[in-house]
Amino acid sequence: MGKTATFERGIHPRYHKDLTAGKSIAKAKLPQRIVVPVSQHIGAPAKPEVGIGDEVKRGQVIGSATGFVCSPVHSSISGKVTAIADFPTAAGKMVQSIVIESDGKDEAVDFKENPDYMNLGADDIKAIIKDAGIVGMGGAAFPTNVKLSPPKEKTIDTVIINGAECEPYLTADHRLMVERPKEVVEGLKIIMKSLGVNEGHIGIEENKPDAIEAMKSAVAGESNIEVRPLEIKYPQGAEKMLIKAIKGREVPIKGLPMDVGVVVQNVGTALAVYEAVRYGKPLIERVVTITGTGIKEPANMMVRIGTLMSDVVEQCGGLVEGAVKVISGGPMMGFAQWTLDVPVVKGTSGILVLAEDEYVSSDDYSACIRCGSCIDVCPMGLNPSMLSILSEKGFFEEAKEYNLFDCFECGSCAYVCPAKRPMVQFIRLAKSQVKP
Amino acid sequence: MATEAKAHELIVSVSPHVRGKETVGRIMWTVNLSLLPAFIMSVYYFGPLAAYVTGLCILSAVLTEHIYQVSLNKKTTIGDGSAFLTGLLLGLNLPASVPFYIPIVGSFIAIVITKLLFGGLGYNIFNPALIGRAFLLISFPRLMTIWLKPTAQFVSLDAKTTATPLGILKEGGLDQLMQVFGDKADLYMSLLVGNRAGSLGETSVIALLIGAALLLYRGYITWHIPFSFLATVGVMAWALGGDSGFFTGDPLIHLLSGGLILGAFFMATDYVTCPSIRKGQIVFGIGCGLITMLIRLKGGFPEGVMFAILLMNCFAPLIDRGVKSKMFGAIKEQKK
Repeated sequence: MGKTATFERGIHPRYHKDLTAGKSIAKAKLPQRIVVPVSQHIGAPAKPEVGIGDEVKRGQVIGSATGFVCSPVHSSISGKVTAIADFPTAAGKMVQSIVIESDGKDEAVDFKENPDYMNLGADDIKAIIKDAGIVGMGGAAFPTNVKLSPPKEKTIDTVIINGAECEPYLTADHRLMVERPKEVVEGLKIIMKSLGVNEGHIGIEENKPDAIEAMKSAVAGESNIEVRPLEIKYPQGAEKMLIKAIKGREVPIKGLPMDVGVVVQNVGTALAVYEAVRYGKPLIERVVTITGTGIKEPANMMVRIGTLMSDVVEQCGGLVEGAVKVISGGPMMGFAQWTLDVPVVKGTSGILVLAEDEYVSSDDYSACIRCGSCIDVCPMGLNPSMLSILSEKGFFEEAKEYNLFDCFECGSCAYVCPAKRPMVQFIRLAKSQVKP
Repeated sequence: MATEAKAHELIVSVSPHVRGKETVGRIMWTVNLSLLPAFIMSVYYFGPLAAYVTGLCILSAVLTEHIYQVSLNKKTTIGDGSAFLTGLLLGLNLPASVPFYIPIVGSFIAIVITKLLFGGLGYNIFNPALIGRAFLLISFPRLMTIWLKPTAQFVSLDAKTTATPLGILKEGGLDQLMQVFGDKADLYMSLLVGNRAGSLGETSVIALLIGAALLLYRGYITWHIPFSFLATVGVMAWALGGDSGFFTGDPLIHLLSGGLILGAFFMATDYVTCPSIRKGQIVFGIGCGLITMLIRLKGGFPEGVMFAILLMNCFAPLIDRGVKSKMFGAIKEQKK
C-alpha cells in the first residue's frame, strides 16, 4: 500500500478501540420508557404533534419540522405519551422532550417500502430523508436534507462517506462498515443521486483493516466509488481534514465543504438514508459504542432513540467501582455527563465511561510555557497557546484577532499541552464573550 | 426517572477527557538529564571544583525558589525541575575558579529577579540562567574571566590559568591560537572533547551533542533554532572571520569554540524565551547568530553567545506576532 491520505499536523492519541472493535452490534432491549427531545439537531426545534395520554406507534411522527433547517422526531417504541416537559440532555441543556411509556408490543406504523428506489428523483429523495428525521450521525447532527440542498451557485462534484472514526474508543461506524457494508454503499449511491454527483469516496482510517476490506468488496463493480485508507491520526474525521486528505482541497476560512464542491456524510447517516429511502424507516435507532474501563461489559449496541443512558449502561453490566466520568461521544470532543438519566439521541455515537486511572484532572494546570506543541498539532493552523493566554487574561477581542472562531474545538492542543491547560475551555470562554 | 446511577459521583469537565503523557516536569527533568554528559566532562577536566560550583548553583537556585514561594504563601514549584535546570545551566556557564558567593548571587538574580518577579515559569522575558551570568560578568568581570587549564586531574585554586580559545583568537589572532594548540586537527580535537579553557559545561562539544541528540529525539527541541543559529555563525565566520580577506575564515573554529553549542541547543531553545512558531524560530536563530558573530569579530568581548541570546529574547514576542503560521484554508485560489 502506498502513502495513505491525510492532512497536516494533528495528534496520535491512544485509541483503545480494541475494547469493542471485535464485538458485533447487539440489539438493545426494548426500553420501558423513552425520552425524545424535540431538538436533537442543529436548527429550530420540532413542534410536538402528540398530547399527554395519546397512543403512539413505532415510527410515528411525534414532533414535526417547523422550518427548512429542522428535523422531525419519531417515536421509537409503541406506547402512551406520559409527559411533555423539559428534560436534561447530553449536551447539557434542558430541552422540551416527549416521554413515552412502552406498552411492550412494539407495534410499528406502516413503512412505505420502495424496491425501485434508485429511480427516485432528487427532490423525492430529499423529501424522504427530511421526513425520516435524518441528521448527521457523526455528532454534529446537522439536518441531512439541508446538506443535500446546496445553493444553486455551488456545484457539488464529490460525496465522501466519513468512516474515519478518529475519536478514540468509538467503534460504531467501524462495526457498521464490517457488518452492513452493502447498505452503506447503497446509502452513498442514493446521496450521490440526490446531488447529481458521479464521484464517491469512502474514507477509513487504517486501524480498521476489516472495515476497509468489507467496504472494498462492497464497492466492487462500482467504478465511480473508491475506498480510501487514511492515516491513523486525530482529527482525521473532521470534515475539513477529511476533504483535504481525500481530495487535496482546503475548505476556505469561514467556508463550508460545499465551497469546494464536496458533501461529507457519516457512515451511520448513509445507512439511515438507505433504510429510509428503501424501506421507509425513519431514524429511530442508531449504533452506540458503550465502552471505557469504567463499564463492565463494553459493547456496540443498536439503541432506540430516546433510550436513557442508564438503561443502556445497565445492559452492559453497569459501571465499575471507581467510574468517575461518563461521556456522551468520544473522549476528545464528547460531553461529560452529570447524570445517566439523559436519552440517547440521533447524534450519540458513544457512551464512554472512564475509570479513575484514565481520568486526568485539569484542576492544577500551570502557566503556558510557550513550548509550541499546540501550534505544531493544531489542524487549523491556529496559535492555541496565544488564544488560551489571551482568554485567561480576559483579552477576548484580541483573541478574535488570533482567529478564535476558526477553532472547531477538536482538543488536540489540550491533549498535548504539558502544562495541562484547559485549552478548549479557555477558547469556549472567549467565544462566549465576543461576537464572531 | 431512573436513579440507578446515583451512587456514583460523576465529574463534569470540558473536553478533551484524555490527555497526553507530557508534563512540564517530564520535559525539564529530561533536559537536566541531557546535560549530564557535559557535566561529567566538566568534572573530568576541571576536577571536584566543577562539581562544587555547579552543585552550589543548583542548590542555591532550588532553595531560592522554594524560600521565595513558601514565604509568599505560594505553591512551591521546585518539583517541576525548572529551578534545578536554571541552576545547572548557570553552573555550566561559570569558570571553575569562582568563589562561593558567585553561584549564590547568580542564582538569586536568575531565579528571583529574572523569573519569579515576572510571574514565574512561563512569564519571564529573559533566559534566567543567562541573565544571572550576564549580571555576574558585568559585576565581577575579573573573577568571571579567570580560566583554569583543563588538566583532567585535581585542580586547586592556585592551578595554572590560561585564556580561552576565543580569547586567544581575539588577542593574538589565528597564528597564536595555532601555536597553543599545534595544528588544526589538534585544535579541532581539543575543542570537540573539551580539552580547553572555558566555562565548565561549554567545553566538550561531543558531550553537549549527545545531550542535544536526546532532546531532538524526544522532540523537546527542534532543529529550527540550533540549525539556523549555527549556520549563521558558520557563514559569518567563513565570510568575515578570515585574516586574508572575505571568505577565508575558518567556520569550524567558531562553531566549536566558546559557548555556542551549549547556547544554541540548550539556552536559545528555552521555550519561554524563544518564539513558539517554528518559522519565527528560524528568524530568532539567525538573529542570535548575527549578534554572536558581530560581538566575536567586532565587539569588546571575545564571546557573544550570551548577549546574542538575551538580545534576541527581547524580540521573541515580536517575532511571534510577525510570522503567523499559515492557517488551514488560507488560500486565494486553488485547483478544483
